[in-house]
Amino acid sequence: MSRTFVGMPPFPTAAREALADTQLRHNLAHATGVIRAKRAALVEEQGEVWEPLRLAGAAVKQRALDDLATHLLTLEEQLTSAGATVHWARDAAEASQVVLDVARAHDVDEVVKVKSMVTAEIGLNEHLEAHGVAAWETDLAELIVQLAGDLPSHILVPAIHRNRAEVREIFLREMASAGRPAPADLTDEPAVLAAAAREHLREKFLRAKVGVSGANFAIAETGSLVVVESEGNGRMCLTLPEVLVSVVGIEKVVPTWAELDPLMRLLPRSSTGERMNPYTSVWSGVREGDGPQEVHVVLLDNGRTRALADQVGRQALRCIRCSACLNVCPVYERTGGHAYGSVYPGPIGAILNPLLHGQGDPQTDSLPYASSLCGACFEACPVRIDIPEVLVHLRTQVVDAHRSDRVPKAEAAAMRATAWAFSDASRLGLVERAAGLSGRVLGRLTRSTLPGGRAALGRLPGPGAAWTTARDLPAPPPESFRAWWARTDGGREDGS
Amino acid sequence: MSAREEILGRVRAALADVAPATEPVVGPLAVEPTDAERLDLFVERVADYRAVVERVAEADLAAHVASLFAPGDRVVVPPGLPEDLVAALAHPVADNALGAADLDAADAVVTTAAVGIAETGTIVLDHGPGQGRRALTLVPDRHVCVVRAEQVVADVPQAVTRLAAAVRSGQPLTWISGPSATSDIELDRVEGVHGPRALHVVLVD
Repeated sequence: MSRTFVGMPPFPTAAREALADTQLRHNLAHATGVIRAKRAALVEEQGEVWEPLRLAGAAVKQRALDDLATHLLTLEEQLTSAGATVHWARDAAEASQVVLDVARAHDVDEVVKVKSMVTAEIGLNEHLEAHGVAAWETDLAELIVQLAGDLPSHILVPAIHRNRAEVREIFLREMASAGRPAPADLTDEPAVLAAAAREHLREKFLRAKVGVSGANFAIAETGSLVVVESEGNGRMCLTLPEVLVSVVGIEKVVPTWAELDPLMRLLPRSSTGERMNPYTSVWSGVREGDGPQEVHVVLLDNGRTRALADQVGRQALRCIRCSACLNVCPVYERTGGHAYGSVYPGPIGAILNPLLHGQGDPQTDSLPYASSLCGACFEACPVRIDIPEVLVHLRTQVVDAHRSDRVPKAEAAAMRATAWAFSDASRLGLVERAAGLSGRVLGRLTRSTLPGGRAALGRLPGPGAAWTTARDLPAPPPESFRAWWARTDGGREDGS
Repeated sequence: MSAREEILGRVRAALADVAPATEPVVGPLAVEPTDAERLDLFVERVADYRAVVERVAEADLAAHVASLFAPGDRVVVPPGLPEDLVAALAHPVADNALGAADLDAADAVVTTAAVGIAETGTIVLDHGPGQGRRALTLVPDRHVCVVRAEQVVADVPQAVTRLAAAVRSGQPLTWISGPSATSDIELDRVEGVHGPRALHVVLVD
């Protein structure tokens, strides 16, 4: 039933497909527009406090990362003394196996899940399903994606690419095979759809023996995990089962309880555009007589230490998965999340995926280019991750990795030719004269005109087509600036 | 090498160039409101989430809470709920290790709270006496929560400070801002998913 991103094409190919889907573009434009307006109103309400708050949020996460080993050891010690069992997992396979082993130890064939990016990242559902354990997603958007056999396309709202009519169809078609069917008179009102999800999932909550979660924050000082949510499905999974397994990326650590403050002020405003999300759960290991009496915490690396070793890129590990950068991104708004080929789409995905996986795969290598570098993401980021800076840094790494290629890429060849021409004044003059000549010819042949009246060339043949299919190329001017200067002595002699 | 040793080794190697900051970070603080402003804001912000919020005097509390229920409503009461509140209810159901199905069959739950946050319209339970274990305020479809004026703080930093002792002693917390809700369909907020669909906050001042 579940699909994965394995085998997705590079971003430009996937993006072209997405751009042709007018329904998708309509859904995305509507949803991101709604959330941008809500967030903007709350940032406005914070006034002069907002910027210091962002600085504080960034400082908390950076402080945690800068001394990560110390904080992880404190967290482990506190969790253990609170009755939790701490596991360490180098990669996705190790983490998924811990969860499967816990499920098997309790002889269950199903688990209920809190929405969690990290369990999507490690492909936990697929691993459990392959071994006969059903993993029920209980967040509404995750449920929609799971029922439809679809892929997530947004960090906060994985079904953002679906509108209400599509959700209604999915519920009517698929709910029966997963449990309680949708009522026959289901309408496409969001409140009615939410009520159908409540009925469908309730029997699963009430009978579940094992719950699986991630965590938004892990407080080292007190050994507390924090889950921020809206629907109460998180509370159900964290409270009703006898056993709870939480998979936590090592970058989720917050050093002290008091430092949760700026993060709890930043996250809800940046993600759902609310002063506070409906429910936040904080728990420290096992609480006698309240909630799961067997608690496991899996501390996961899975590429995070690779990202940490990158001096420019390590700031990406401050990310609190709010998705504000997705909602303001002009590229994401048009292509949607699937084009990024990862559970982490949008601007943060464009840097996080290469940092976690390293260079070399064409799909991953295409992601740092999935940006116009407009900087809206940096401005929206509540923990001030300078995404454009990291994008440029990662592009450098991709280019550097291809320097010794026997057959250079067209772009590299063009850059080499440009370097040859620009390194010598007489060579440049030669090129300018040639361009001027071609400009006079081509200028007469073109039919399109750029703002300002200058002629534009149509689609170029050969390798130049990659550039000109999506951009206007101005026709070269008949005379270069340097040639004009020489001819008119800088405008002192008449020559117009 | 164990996964633990290997991960910690990778972390240390990755951070060889970094000198960590040792001082905890303190978030920016806003202007302190007066008592009246604080309580007015709390009421306004709780109502923003489409929760029902009312202010009652101490003397009227028990009768008022009792009046919120229909005669046949089975109302779960956690251990430590003030006795006059329990006595005023027609059908109190004590939490004698009630199962999830028992809680699902109840009509409502009445609790106290640990902290109210004015700026965000949030109530926080630390699950001490009068608040019950976490499932009690989750499974029943209606939650009536009694908050006292002196429990309402101005903002999140003050709440975090006030809750520190409970967290350090291992108590879980539940922060509640309105009835359960979702924005998962077209990012349009609708109330009423898995948690209580009705939240009723009674502010005693």
